Amino acid sequence: MNLIEQGFAWILDPENISGPSGWVARLLEQLAYTFGAVAIAAVIAVPLGYLVGHTGKGRDIAVSLSGGFRALPSLGLLILLALGLGIGFRAPLVTFVILAIPPILAGAYAGFEAVDRRTIDAARAIGMTEWQVVTRVEVPLGLPLLIGGLRSSVLQVVATATLAGYVAGGALGAFIFEAFALRDYPQALGASILVTALALVLEGIFALLQKLVVPRGVVVKEQREVRSRSSRTRAVMGTPIREGK
Amino acid sequence: MRWLESNLGLVWDLMLTHMSLCIPPIIIGFLISIPIGWIANRYRLTRGVILVVLGLLYTIPSIPLFIFMPLILGTPQLSSLNVVVALTIYAVALMVRSASDGLGSVDKDVLQAASAMGYSGWQRFWRVELPLSGPVLLAGLRVVSASTVSLATIGSVIGVTSLGYLFINGLQRRIPAEVLTGIVSVLLIAVVFDLLLVLLGRLVLPWSRRDRSVRAKTVARSRTAVLTGAGS
Amino acid sequence: MIEFRSVTKQFPDGTVAVDAFDLAIPPRKTTVLVGSSGCGKTTLLRMINRMIDPSSGHILIDGEDTGSLEPVKLRRRIGYVMQNSGLMPHRKVIDNVATVPILGGVPKKQARDDAMKLLDTVGLDRSLALKYPRQLSGGQQQRVGVARGLAADPNILLMDEPFGAVDPIVRAELQQETIRLQEGLGKTVVFVTHDIDEAFLLGHQVVILQKGGHIAQVGTPAEILAHPANDFVASFVGADRGKRALRIQRVGDRDVVVDENGTPTGVLQP
Repeated sequence: MNLIEQGFAWILDPENISGPSGWVARLLEQLAYTFGAVAIAAVIAVPLGYLVGHTGKGRDIAVSLSGGFRALPSLGLLILLALGLGIGFRAPLVTFVILAIPPILAGAYAGFEAVDRRTIDAARAIGMTEWQVVTRVEVPLGLPLLIGGLRSSVLQVVATATLAGYVAGGALGAFIFEAFALRDYPQALGASILVTALALVLEGIFALLQKLVVPRGVVVKEQREVRSRSSRTRAVMGTPIREGK
Repeated sequence: MRWLESNLGLVWDLMLTHMSLCIPPIIIGFLISIPIGWIANRYRLTRGVILVVLGLLYTIPSIPLFIFMPLILGTPQLSSLNVVVALTIYAVALMVRSASDGLGSVDKDVLQAASAMGYSGWQRFWRVELPLSGPVLLAGLRVVSASTVSLATIGSVIGVTSLGYLFINGLQRRIPAEVLTGIVSVLLIAVVFDLLLVLLGRLVLPWSRRDRSVRAKTVARSRTAVLTGAGS
Repeated sequence: MIEFRSVTKQFPDGTVAVDAFDLAIPPRKTTVLVGSSGCGKTTLLRMINRMIDPSSGHILIDGEDTGSLEPVKLRRRIGYVMQNSGLMPHRKVIDNVATVPILGGVPKKQARDDAMKLLDTVGLDRSLALKYPRQLSGGQQQRVGVARGLAADPNILLMDEPFGAVDPIVRAELQQETIRLQEGLGKTVVFVTHDIDEAFLLGHQVVILQKGGHIAQVGTPAEILAHPANDFVASFVGADRGKRALRIQRVGDRDVVVDENGTPTGVLQP
C-alpha cells in the first residue's frame, strides 16, 4: 500500500507536474496523439464505412479487416514503423491511425447495416434520392453505432499511446519507460495511475455522448413488442403421457 | 529471411512461451465468464452493474494494469503470473458481454417449451440454454483469443518474455526482419487459435451451421467489434 | 389512367416475375391485384413508381411513359403505403407525414400544418403528432403510413398489403376507412393483397393473378363471382363452397338465403 501512496506522491510532486517534461505536458501529448490519430482515421474510415454500408459491397473485406486487426500487435507495428520512419512522433502517429481505423470502419458500416431495410425501401418509395436516403435516414439512424466505433477507437488509442514513449515519442508512457530504466517504481505507478484515469474519464465522456446522440425515436419503448411476447404460445413436443394401461 | 533462418530455434521457443501465456487466460476467462454472464442476463439490475464494472476494467490500459498487478497479487515484478492474471481480467471483461448476449439470444419460447416438457432449471441450462447460446459464445471467444494473443506481446515491455521480445530486441539491434518475424508469428498463432476454435465450434455445435447461427454470429461479432476495442 | 403495355420483368437470378402483362387501371377507382405469394403482384405495383424497372414493355400514366420520367420525381407524386408502415423511427409522426412535401420544397411550417389536417383525414388524434412511430400501435402506424402516402396530394395511391400485419378487428376498421377515403378524395388506388375477401370488399376492379403475373381474370367482384373465367378462379374465389355457395330456401312466403352447410345467412328482400 505504501507503494500506491508513493505513486500518488509522485503525481502531486510540483516538480513532476509542470514544465515541458511535467506530466501535464505529457498528458496533453497523449491527448494530442489520441484525437489526432482518431481524427485522421475518421476522415479515412467514415466515408469508406458509409460506402460499404450503403452499397453492401466490400462488406466481407471490411469485416475480416476489422476482425484481423485485433490480432495485430501494436507494439510490433510501432517498432517496425519506428525503424523505418525514425524515432519521434511520426511512427506512433501512423501506428495509432492504423489502430483507430478498424473500429471506426466497423461502426460506420454496422450503423448503416443496422437500419431496417424496410425503412430504407420506404424512403426510396416516397421519393428520396439516394443522397437523401443516406443523409436523412442512414446517417442519423446509424449514428449511435458510429459513435460507438469512435468511442472504442479513442479508448484503444489513448491506451496504446502509452507505447509512444518507447520510441521516444513522448506522452505519459515516457515516464513509465524512464522509470523502468531507473527502477523507479513510484514514477511508473504514478504515470500508470494517470493513464488509467485519463482512459476512464474519456470512457465516461463518450458513454454520455453516446446517450445524447441516439435518435429519440429509437430509444422509446416499443408498445406492442412487450405484450406480444408472453402471450404467444408454441407447441410443446415431448413424450406423450400414457393414460390407462 | 537470413535472420529468421539463423534464429529459428529462438522463434519457436518464443512461440511456445507466448502460447503458454495466452492459453490459460483464454480458457479461464471463458469459464469464469459463463456464470457471470448468466447472472448478468438473469437479473436486470445486476446486468447494468456487471457490464459497467467490466467495461471500466477493460478500459484500464495494459501497461498500467501489468504494473499494478504485483501490488494486487503480491507477486514478484517479473513474474509471468502478472501477465496471465491481467490477460484473464481482459478476457473476462470481453467475454461476459458475449456470454450475457448469447444467453439472452436464446428464444424465450424455446425455454418455456423446455420447462413445459419438464426440464429442471439446471437441466434446462445445460441442455438448452448453453448449447443454444453456443454460436454467440463462440464468436465472443474468437474475439477474446485474438486480442489475448496480441496483448500478450506487451508483457515483454515489463520484462515478461513473449514474442514481444522480438520487437524489443529488434528495436535495440535495429533489425526490421526480427520485428516483422515477431508480428507474423503473433498473427500466425492468432490464426491457428481461431481455426481451432472454428473447428471446435463445428464439432460441438453441428446444428448451428448456416441459417440461424450465421446471422447471430455476424450480429454479435459486428456488435462486439464496435463496442469493444482491444486496448494495449 | 395507368396502363401496362406488354410489361415483362425478369430478375437477375432468372425468375420471370411478370410476363407480357397488359392492363388498364381506370382513374379514380380502386383496382385490386390479388393472388397468392409469388404471383408477381408486388412486382407489378412497384413497377408503377419505378421502384422496379421493367425488363421490357411500357407503363403509361395518363399517356406518359414512366420510363422517360425521373424515378425520384415520379415517386414524389405517387403515394405509397406498405405493409409495415415503413415510417422513419427517428422522426416524429408529424415529420414523417410532412417528409414528402418538404422534400418537394414546401416550407416546413406549411408542410406541418398540412400534415396536421391529414391526421384528421385518416382518423388519427392530433395529440399523436409529436409521438415517435414506435410509441404507436400497429393500426395507428398504418394510419400514419396512409397519411404520409396522401401528403403530397398525389392522384395515385399504391398500397402494398397495407393491412397484412394488423389484427382482424383493426384491419376491418382500416378497410372501411380506405373505402371512405377513396370515395371522398377520388384517388386512383392500386391495392395489392392475397386476401380475396379484402379484394372484393375494396375493389371496383379486381385482377386475379396466377404465377408469373398471368391474369386469370379481370372484372368487378360481381362479374367474377357470377362467371369465373376458369377453374382456377372459381377455386381461388371459392365460388363453389362455404359462405359464397349460397342457395335460396323457401320458408313459408319468404326466400331465406342459406350457405353450403344450410346455415341461414339472410333473407331476400322483395
